[in-house]
Amino acid sequence: MSTLLSFRDVWVEYGDRIIIEKLNLDIEEGAFVSIVGPSGAGKSSFLRLILGQEGPSRGVITLDDTPLKPECGPDRGVVFQRYSVFPHLTALRNTILGLECEKAPVLGRLFGSARRAAVEEATEMLTAVGLGHSLDLYPAQMSGGMQQRLAIAQALVKRPRILLLDEPFGALDPGIRADMHALIRNLWRKYSLTIVMVTHDIREAFSLGTRVLALDKRRHDPHAPHRFGATVVYDLPMRERAEETEAE
Amino acid sequence: MRWVNRQVGRGGRVLLGAVPILLLLLVYIVMAASRHAVNPADKILPLPGAMAESMSALLFVPDQLTGQLVFWADTMASLQRLGIGLGISTLMALVVGLALGVLPPVRATFGPLVTGIAVIPPIALLPILFIALGLGETSKVALIVIGIAPVMIRDIAAHVSALPREQVIKALTLGANSWQVMIRVALPQAMPRLLHAIRLALGPAWVFLISAEAIASDVGLGYRIFLVRRYLSMDVILPYVAWIALLAIAMDMALTFLSHRLFPWAHGESH
Ligand SMILES: Nc1ncnc2c1ncn2[C@@H]1O[C@H](COP(=O)(O)OP(=O)(O)OP(=O)(O)O)[C@@H](O)[C@H]1O
Ligand SMILES: [Mg+2]
Repeated sequence: MSTLLSFRDVWVEYGDRIIIEKLNLDIEEGAFVSIVGPSGAGKSSFLRLILGQEGPSRGVITLDDTPLKPECGPDRGVVFQRYSVFPHLTALRNTILGLECEKAPVLGRLFGSARRAAVEEATEMLTAVGLGHSLDLYPAQMSGGMQQRLAIAQALVKRPRILLLDEPFGALDPGIRADMHALIRNLWRKYSLTIVMVTHDIREAFSLGTRVLALDKRRHDPHAPHRFGATVVYDLPMRERAEETEAE
Repeated sequence: MRWVNRQVGRGGRVLLGAVPILLLLLVYIVMAASRHAVNPADKILPLPGAMAESMSALLFVPDQLTGQLVFWADTMASLQRLGIGLGISTLMALVVGLALGVLPPVRATFGPLVTGIAVIPPIALLPILFIALGLGETSKVALIVIGIAPVMIRDIAAHVSALPREQVIKALTLGANSWQVMIRVALPQAMPRLLHAIRLALGPAWVFLISAEAIASDVGLGYRIFLVRRYLSMDVILPYVAWIALLAIAMDMALTFLSHRLFPWAHGESH
């Protein structure tokens, strides 16, 4: 498989605090990468780098061999733990939004046959995440799990090159989390997605990922903990696991 | 049962709410009656009959000079000034507030100016308005706008910039540009807040309206009140004040109704 995303000697610093240091990493197309690590290690900062919400202080990140601009774009989708869906839009409209932004730069809305096509595409995506019967619900009327399903559909309808998940199931109860695991694994296969997921749940990281990365500080200075940043301390390919799930 | 747990039903609420109002009315009538028992020509606390009499003259008998029904002419003039003032302020709050809230460069450029204008007591600007814009309608509307627009603008800007950062990021990953973030993400979520801001601005708007009318005008609810004050005509002043209160309550209720109707998602009703 070809390399989709690559980090070359990437550093992230806030003032004199080093968060991520000397990160070198390649992520293959089609991978499902789980990121684990202690709280405050810089996992969300790492996702923000890929997202383009922040640029690295040093080093380069390339997506499809072109350097990433420090700005979010439609080639990278994201689902946060919370606030990923728009409270003022129904499920369907939340999902159509991405299609409307692309095709209607001035009005931000589609009409007529263009709108019908968008509705059809969005409905299909919502059905794929199991929200086929909840098209007209507002997020406030949905459970946490349904809102995360919606957030996923909303991101996938843009067919992003890479999907970023920041503790997407962290706020859900265990039963629903298992459903969501099945869902995300199916979507990953069905749409040949590349996924980078940050999680605190080690079991989740190992059961879903084709590769598990642990972010942590390699060195500790007890007198100045902020002088060292985190980097990838473990990089575990889950090859057997991936083959096993494929054989299922 | 503890008091924090005592819920009052709909009928009970109307009943309970009416009690203090009716009591106040009763106290007024008793006091007015006792004053009139001592001095039948008392003007300070007129009896309901006297009020009805003087009001019917203003309501139904055309004025000799202008040929208009005074009460309705006053009401229309005041509502028109209030409406234009509120309309302009609302539009400004929406456009300027959105731009300030969403676009950091705009906030950096105009934020201090808006804050500066907001801290000036508007009444202190009234002489400037009268000098610059004359004594006509413009200066009255301008006073309302200067009085309420900065507060509304700041409210909308603060509300919009407090939207979760995740929402803006999400919109950008959906391919939105700055303009689309404004009209598809920020604007709709600012609308319920805008209606709320109008409700809160109604009180000050009336204050500025009545002030402007009291100082320079020839028609309007505030003008009338301050005119008849010279003759101690409490029989006109009190009904006028009650009428202003009624208008204000009606506007407040209409805005609340509108907000629930248009933006059900913002009121969590659908739960
Ligand atoms: N804008 C910022 N300015 C300064 N420091 C920041 C900023 N954002 C994050 N940090 C710091 O960077 C470190 C890493 O933060 P980050 O949110 O990436 O951690 P995390 O691994 O996602 O933690 P958690 O598991 O709790 O979500 C933290 O110590 C945090 O204080
Ligand atoms: Mg985090």
